[in-house]
Amino acid sequence: MECVFGLVGKGFAIVAADTSAVHSILLHKNNEDKIMLLDSHKLVAASGEPGDRVQFTEYVQKNVSLYKFRNGIPLTTAAAANFTRGELATALRKNPYSVNILMAGYDEESGASLYYIDYIATLHKVDKGAFGYGSYFSLSTMDRHYREDMSVEEAIELVDKCILEIRSRLVVAPPNFVIKIVDKDGARDYAWRQSVQDVTTAAV
Amino acid sequence: MSIFEYNGSAVVAMVGKNCFAIASDRRLGVQLQTIATDFQRISKIHDRVFIGLSGLATDVQTLYQRLVFRHKLYQLREERDMKPETFASLVSAILYEKRFGPYLCQPVIAGLGEDDKPFICTMDSIGAKELAKDFVVSGTASESLYGACEAMYKPDMEAEELFETISQALLSSVDRDCLSGWGGHVYVVTPTEIKERILKGRMD
Repeated sequence: MECVFGLVGKGFAIVAADTSAVHSILLHKNNEDKIMLLDSHKLVAASGEPGDRVQFTEYVQKNVSLYKFRNGIPLTTAAAANFTRGELATALRKNPYSVNILMAGYDEESGASLYYIDYIATLHKVDKGAFGYGSYFSLSTMDRHYREDMSVEEAIELVDKCILEIRSRLVVAPPNFVIKIVDKDGARDYAWRQSVQDVTTAAV
Repeated sequence: MSIFEYNGSAVVAMVGKNCFAIASDRRLGVQLQTIATDFQRISKIHDRVFIGLSGLATDVQTLYQRLVFRHKLYQLREERDMKPETFASLVSAILYEKRFGPYLCQPVIAGLGEDDKPFICTMDSIGAKELAKDFVVSGTASESLYGACEAMYKPDMEAEELFETISQALLSSVDRDCLSGWGGHVYVVTPTEIKERILKGRMD
């Protein structure tokens, strides 16, 4: 089951997502990146229906870029989150998207922030958030160990604790996770936590 | 579980002597899971009119945005703020527009009308207005709230006593409802000031 979670630290925000692409009982691939770079200082970790996930997040990404080209300045994280919520809310009673989103971003004026947007367009700014079955484990772990203004090392330690908890307690636990970070220097990959790797063989 | 109980909520408003109080809980949940403990359900439309929206959080946010928009247009056209009775009629009309695909919210509207006379009303999700002289309630804890308010309310309370009464009624009611709680948010509004207070109750 798809696990996405994230938290805010001192001047940064971290999101982690599992990397399994699943269809019923089959695991198609285990290195599917579900955290998209929305722009230089924003990350969107999405979980849900695979088609909707990719299509909707790309749609948001392109519209965020369009705003930047038209107006010369990028959207703030709050604005991007509200835009995303608006699109989900408009589609909700016509053609709903089944995508849950954690949007992390860094703005000069307001620092790092994390927004929880669920598939029925409920928006809330949070310090820590999670979606999926993994949320039952990661939210509790974060509730126990999270403090305001954690350093990157402390936050990664907490993320690893959550991943360990998910791996050991969730019956269909995803084998691999990707962790991405956003701070004043931008949004980027932080690490992968892989317990199963694809073996590449030479083509015959 | 009904869709009205998806996020969990409790809102109550009471009339005092030339003042009113409106209070809500602070929990944002997704069925059994608590997502946040600082969700805002009560919004200020203008200095003398407040609206508390219970029900599905996404519709609470959408409806709030639509109402603020309509009130701002009204202010531009009429060059004054809306009276609470007028605002209640506006909310009722907007809800009935969606009669066969409604916003899943139950609003509680409280305001100071002409001559500083307090006005409260509630309505169901399709805009059936219910005026009251004493108190109105809505949300998942509404039945408990009816009981608590009926027992604790007396007419013509001053602002401080009204605050105590509404706080005790709210906290005791949400303690019997697992879907609402995690503190309270109380606004006490007199002709001269708006006092906003956060309550700490049972955090569970």
